[in-house]
Amino acid sequence: MAVGLEHFLILSAVLFAIGLYGVLAKRNAVVILMSIEIMLTAVNITMVAFSRYSHVISGQVFVIFIMVVAAAEAAVGLALIIAIYRSRKTVDAEKFDLMKW
Amino acid sequence: MMGLDIAFWVLAVVSVGAALAVVLTRDIFRAALFLVLCFFTVAGIYITLSADFLAGAQVLIYVGAIGVLIIFAIMLTRESRRGSPSGRLRLPALFIGLLFLVTMVFVVVSTDWYVIAELPTEPTTTAIAQALFSGEDGFVLAFEIAAALLLAAIIGAIVLVREK
Repeated sequence: MAVGLEHFLILSAVLFAIGLYGVLAKRNAVVILMSIEIMLTAVNITMVAFSRYSHVISGQVFVIFIMVVAAAEAAVGLALIIAIYRSRKTVDAEKFDLMKW
Repeated sequence: MMGLDIAFWVLAVVSVGAALAVVLTRDIFRAALFLVLCFFTVAGIYITLSADFLAGAQVLIYVGAIGVLIIFAIMLTRESRRGSPSGRLRLPALFIGLLFLVTMVFVVVSTDWYVIAELPTEPTTTAIAQALFSGEDGFVLAFEIAAALLLAAIIGAIVLVREK
């Protein structure tokens, strides 16, 4: 069976589900950020696949913007984690309760 | 096309395996290395989709910048000896992930997607640049906002981690 659009979409769905599980289940904040990156990458695969199989180049332009936002998010997120680690000596997401009411 | 199919299956299996290793390994440093492997294989998948510019950008941004950033953060927070344990929400998270996966596979398989008959294989860099900067329906304003966003993110990251 030749590889078609559905194969890329299902691969992207599998990667997104893995990232979703990591975001919800993990306690280490750095691993949660890594899972978010996996989810963003999965969405990018969907964009590129649709762009190729319908020959609309806008999909690839959007992927560039998603990459920009992902880089900014990783920089700010990791800076936040390091700042919280300095004040609380932990990166356990279940112990980040300083904004809990 | 046979070689492309084989390449797709190899890259898909390796990327899914690496992503699973990221969320399942106890050693957080190894998880970061598996994440870099996952990004590399996704760059290969872009090549099988004949998106050459994005494959290069993927290697530069994800493998180069974000990979190094995450490894730096792991070393600075020194939590690697405690591993990456799962929280209380492990079983609900597994359930939600599987539910999402089953829904998506069902939707993808049962939808009749619009696919053009003849797939083009020309380079995409010029086409992306023209779509990005063309006058009528380009993305010039979004491009400028992306530059401002990156600047704001850099300054924000510096302010957040600066020693008091």
